[in-house]
Amino acid sequence: MGNPVDPGDIQKSMIKDEKADKRRKNILNLVLLALLLVAPAVIYPVFLMKILCFALFAVAFNLLLGFTGLLSFGHAAFLAAGGYTTGYLLSTYSGLTTEMGIIAGTLAATVLGALFAVVAIRRQGIYFAMITLALAQLVYFGFVQAPFTGGEDGMHGVPRGHLFGIIDLENNLAMYYFVLAVFLGGYLLVQRVVGSPYGQVLKAIKQNEPRAVSLGYNVNQYKVLAFVMSAGLAGLAGSVKTVVFQLASLNDAHWHMSGEVILMTLLGGTGTLLGPVFGATFVVNLEYQLSQGPLGDWVDPILGGIFVLTVIAFQSGIVGEVQKFVKKNLG
Amino acid sequence: MTIMKKLLTTAVASAMMVGSAQAEISNDTVKIGYLADMSGTYRDLAGPNGLKALEMAIADFGGTVNGAKIEVVSADDRNNPDSSSSTVRRWLENEDVDMVAGLVASSVTIAVTKLLQENDSLGIVSGSAASSITNEHCTPNHIHYVYDTYPLANGTAKAVVQEGGKEWFILTADYAFGHALEGDVTKVVEENGGKVIKTARHPFPTSDFSSYILQAQSSGADVVALANAGSDTTNAITTAGEFGLTQSGQTLAALLLFLTDVHALGVNSAQGIQLTTGWYWDLNEETRAWSDRFMEATGVRPTMVHAGIYSSTMQYLNAVKATGSDDAQTVRKQMMDTPINDMFATNGKIREDGRMVHDMYLAEVKTPEESENEWDLYKIVRTIPADEAYRPLSESKCSLVSSN
Amino acid sequence: MTMILGVPVAVLFGQLLLGIINGAFYALLSLGLAVIFGLLKIINFAHGAMYMMGAMATVIMFDALGINYWVALFVAPVIVGCFGMLIEYFLLRRIAGQDHIYSLLLTFGVALMIQGILTNIYGVSGMRYSMPDLFQGGFKLDFMYLPYYRAWVIFMALVVCFGTWFMIEKTKLGAYLRAGTEDAQLMQGFGINVPLLISLTYGFGVMLAAFAGVLAAPIYSVNPVMGSNILIVVFAVVVIGGMGSIAGAIITGLLMGVIEGLTKTFYPEFSSAVIFLVMVIVLLIRPSGLFGKEA
Repeated sequence: MGNPVDPGDIQKSMIKDEKADKRRKNILNLVLLALLLVAPAVIYPVFLMKILCFALFAVAFNLLLGFTGLLSFGHAAFLAAGGYTTGYLLSTYSGLTTEMGIIAGTLAATVLGALFAVVAIRRQGIYFAMITLALAQLVYFGFVQAPFTGGEDGMHGVPRGHLFGIIDLENNLAMYYFVLAVFLGGYLLVQRVVGSPYGQVLKAIKQNEPRAVSLGYNVNQYKVLAFVMSAGLAGLAGSVKTVVFQLASLNDAHWHMSGEVILMTLLGGTGTLLGPVFGATFVVNLEYQLSQGPLGDWVDPILGGIFVLTVIAFQSGIVGEVQKFVKKNLG
Repeated sequence: MTIMKKLLTTAVASAMMVGSAQAEISNDTVKIGYLADMSGTYRDLAGPNGLKALEMAIADFGGTVNGAKIEVVSADDRNNPDSSSSTVRRWLENEDVDMVAGLVASSVTIAVTKLLQENDSLGIVSGSAASSITNEHCTPNHIHYVYDTYPLANGTAKAVVQEGGKEWFILTADYAFGHALEGDVTKVVEENGGKVIKTARHPFPTSDFSSYILQAQSSGADVVALANAGSDTTNAITTAGEFGLTQSGQTLAALLLFLTDVHALGVNSAQGIQLTTGWYWDLNEETRAWSDRFMEATGVRPTMVHAGIYSSTMQYLNAVKATGSDDAQTVRKQMMDTPINDMFATNGKIREDGRMVHDMYLAEVKTPEESENEWDLYKIVRTIPADEAYRPLSESKCSLVSSN
Repeated sequence: MTMILGVPVAVLFGQLLLGIINGAFYALLSLGLAVIFGLLKIINFAHGAMYMMGAMATVIMFDALGINYWVALFVAPVIVGCFGMLIEYFLLRRIAGQDHIYSLLLTFGVALMIQGILTNIYGVSGMRYSMPDLFQGGFKLDFMYLPYYRAWVIFMALVVCFGTWFMIEKTKLGAYLRAGTEDAQLMQGFGINVPLLISLTYGFGVMLAAFAGVLAAPIYSVNPVMGSNILIVVFAVVVIGGMGSIAGAIITGLLMGVIEGLTKTFYPEFSSAVIFLVMVIVLLIRPSGLFGKEA
């Protein structure tokens, strides 16, 4: 603290920092995009699509947890609502093009999200989490009872169909690039929202809700909008997943799924854009690798151990820790 | 580059396919994928010990077939159809897996059989119960080996009605499997002159059954049937014992009960219960000998599913050997043409809908006085002949059945 | 016979009694959760696993060492309680003071580990455990047959619930506990070992779960996943009662047992979901639960 520093210098160096930061981020994003484009040549496309679907799901979830500070324990309901709606429509109406089915699924999840939001939004903290859990359990009950979901057997044989009625999605590569496009669309939307003035208000709510209220913002309205958007994107992820796998099952609606998306987000880094993507990639991959190998029956304890380790040692998640490291050593 | 390589190999492979007859074992390897619940609710009936049974079969076969290696890959299905279908897709499309074995949860089985059909590969379902697997969900690419809900209902319900249990209370697990079982039982009961007076559907899973047992007691039914599985069934049986259901003159019929469940209950709680099983370790010399070997490897007695996995793998390898091919349709046809006579089945036959029909057994759980050790659990009451046990082809909704 | 909605009144009485018995069970389980949350602000998602460990310990101790039910009733909760204290000491302590959500995730992870490891050792079919001879048989009431053991369960559960409530709300020890967890520095100043107090509190909450586990061993299938199914129901009870309210957890537990019992009679399919409907309605009307304090 000895040397007096010219405040202008600090500002300049901050701007410079920010610029360098932005440039680094752009380069990183481009590299990642390039990797995603060529990935199916090396990695099995269906597996990549699974990762992308869960990544989108986690990104949607993080809009709420990471950027608004709301912990939903019921996001499985939206994933499943999207999946079942799309699956039902595509199997029943053969004239429907795939993207119409997906849009309908997304809309269904959005509407459900709005219902949840209206009921839950006035509750805070753990009560918010619990009321979303309760609502999701009621939705789960609905899916178990509803005849069109196939109950425990699941909904099978959903046709992938033709995109815009032209592109045959039975082809795994075509399907992959379509899923990638949807994922990028969702990701960029969230990026845009977070960066917008609206996103700034969300962040303000997260940091200090009473202050945001006293500044005259209608906080609940902002929160409802964030919730609905998050639910819609989660539904989009579910819809696309149903098309990829040609099935929808109760696993998507189970509360374990709501827990899993928390793990993905937390592990990747809440409040960072890329965090949930890495988190989802890591979890899906880990589960896959473990279930294949000789450690097949040890998946749960290992996942549990990772939960514990993350909470104790890496609370900022993969991306958060990397950011810290970069800041410390390169910044 | 990889794409080029892949294209090239595919081209070469297809050229070879055209060139030679189908009598080829691709890659000189027969690769079997074992997919089952390794860590969840259904772990004990197939699970890691099922993999042991599969490996026993391969070892007994000699490890090679017509000079080709036999390899095994395995995965935990996590009771999740998406995880399972990405695993199986990769197996089929990238790893040249020739046959998928195990297959327990019906949601997983149905998803996997659709993939098998798309890729024209073969699956042998040993764990699943749903009879729809060879009915509305039948494909020319799978075989359902050990049992299904039809004989479970048929065997137990028929026997109990004939012994005079006319009025039935059915306690059903509220999901597809339970509903199917409930439907099958109702039909059998009515056909044999009985009547279902009440059903109660409980959520899956439930831990406390006292409320349902009380309803069953006050319903005045002669028979209380449990159309559920696993810990639901064992919990219901324990509670029925505690509330003195059988003392008050009602009969308890469990429709799906595995050896592991009865073992968990113990003969004290389970004595006298009638059940239908596809196989029992203590049937004869041959089953005992095999079970001893199994027990040496795993520490437990095999369930019918374990035995089915062993037997079906043997049948499969024999068919590959006989035809010299690992092509799905060639092998399936050979398997259908060969009657099954081994430690698992006598004169077992694979029908055109993929259902392996074989004699089933109506068993009764022994009393503590009769039971000599912890695995000495059943006495066989009667053998249910294959053609009586399973759903007749005339009632089948399967598109492969020629009469349809 | 008099009927209500197509159900004989006698049956309804029976269902109500069973509902209270199950409710006593829920009360016991949610009590531990409420103690842990109320005093330590930890959301203990490992509670189901602790309940399961209590039951498993009872069976394993009997099989391996011949330790009978009566001894297990004391020993099993103590063992599990000590295990809980280890978890508190090595893990939960590190995240003290952070957002609740971290304790939820941490304990969820712990539960997954415990369940997975025990599944690999003991399988999932369940382990046999027979009812102590003393409890063979039951009361023949006018409207139902009540096994002695169920009567014992309700008796024990109510005694323990009331005892715990009394200890925490009405005694000096309870006052220390509440003070120590609310203002640690002050109590530290008075020479009280607050970290130990916290460990003991967590251990005690876990003990209650394990105690419920021992009570469950003779009547429910004892297997490593038995706790995961009951966990969120018990959570719902605590939330409805008002997180942290001891009396709230006990009363709501009993209430939910009865509501669930009636649902099992009239609309059994809905019986596992009814509690969530109640939760949504209660939280809409009373944002912090029936007996919750904070606004």
